[in-house]
Amino acid sequence: MTIDPVNFAAILAMGVLTYMTRILGFLIADRLPKSGPVRVALDALPPAVLVAVIAPIVMSGPIEAAAGLVVLVLALRLPLIATVAVGVATAALLRLAFG
Amino acid sequence: MTTPLADFRAGLVAVFPTVAAAVPFALILGQQATAKGLTPAEMLAMSSIVFAGSSQLIAVGLWSMPAPVAALALMALLVNLRHVLMGASLSGKIAHFGRLRFVAAFLLTDEAWALSERRALDKPISRTFYFTVALTLFVCWQVASVLGTLFGAYLEHPETFGLDFAFPAIFIALALGFWKGARRTGPVLVASAVVAVAVHATVPGAWYVIAGALAGIAAAVVTAPHEVPASAGEATR
Repeated sequence: MTIDPVNFAAILAMGVLTYMTRILGFLIADRLPKSGPVRVALDALPPAVLVAVIAPIVMSGPIEAAAGLVVLVLALRLPLIATVAVGVATAALLRLAFG
Repeated sequence: MTTPLADFRAGLVAVFPTVAAAVPFALILGQQATAKGLTPAEMLAMSSIVFAGSSQLIAVGLWSMPAPVAALALMALLVNLRHVLMGASLSGKIAHFGRLRFVAAFLLTDEAWALSERRALDKPISRTFYFTVALTLFVCWQVASVLGTLFGAYLEHPETFGLDFAFPAIFIALALGFWKGARRTGPVLVASAVVAVAVHATVPGAWYVIAGALAGIAAAVVTAPHEVPASAGEATR
């Protein structure tokens, strides 16, 4: 169980910069207005970020798009864990069949 | 108000699917790290100090001996810039955490953030709920990534089992919770998705998340109903 000093320096540098990204949002948010366009923007942020993360993954191929559509429909009716389980199974089966 | 025990239970129930998705991811991360010559101790150091999945996986892909410190640090900064947006959105909802916010920030992940924002739609986010979710993810992340360095050789093609699809599946389901009707949420989703896909296809790196998110919030501001501030009306009376 050894740690190379250069590797540790890289890990530490990554960690410090990553923490900065995490705390920066908290610090600037206190200075943001409670209404108006900035508020509208902040309220829209959660779905905007989620969709930006998901969209390229779902659009990466027909199997991902089909499995994504299945999840979308299921999520309206089933609890999260069941939705995810069926989504994963759908992706696996489609890859087995067409992959 | 809910009791701490109820919040603890709600946190465990909420975090369970994300743990199920994060564990295979962490196992793969550990396996890849071993292939690059990183030791289990170095994996543990990275998982506990950086604690950010995508940037860790990309870092391991970029790793060489000696480590390219500046390139790895810059990459981590770019990949994790999305946390600024998440923190800005979450900040007001956890203002009552006080100094614990600095610990909460360290434990902020896509999963903890998304589950907390979802929770905030129905109930206030308590310390118990947030830290149950965030610390469970933290502990499982450490254990699974180190286990990956030890047993990763047996998990070479996780995509055959569709495990890589667990992460987008969770986020699709969570995103539905933010639906406030086609007029308000529709433009946000369309703008974010179109720009994210376009930037992902043309620009290397993780800029697509930032670009898509900014397009989404720009769409929200542009299409928002023009509101007359109540205070302005009173002031002219």
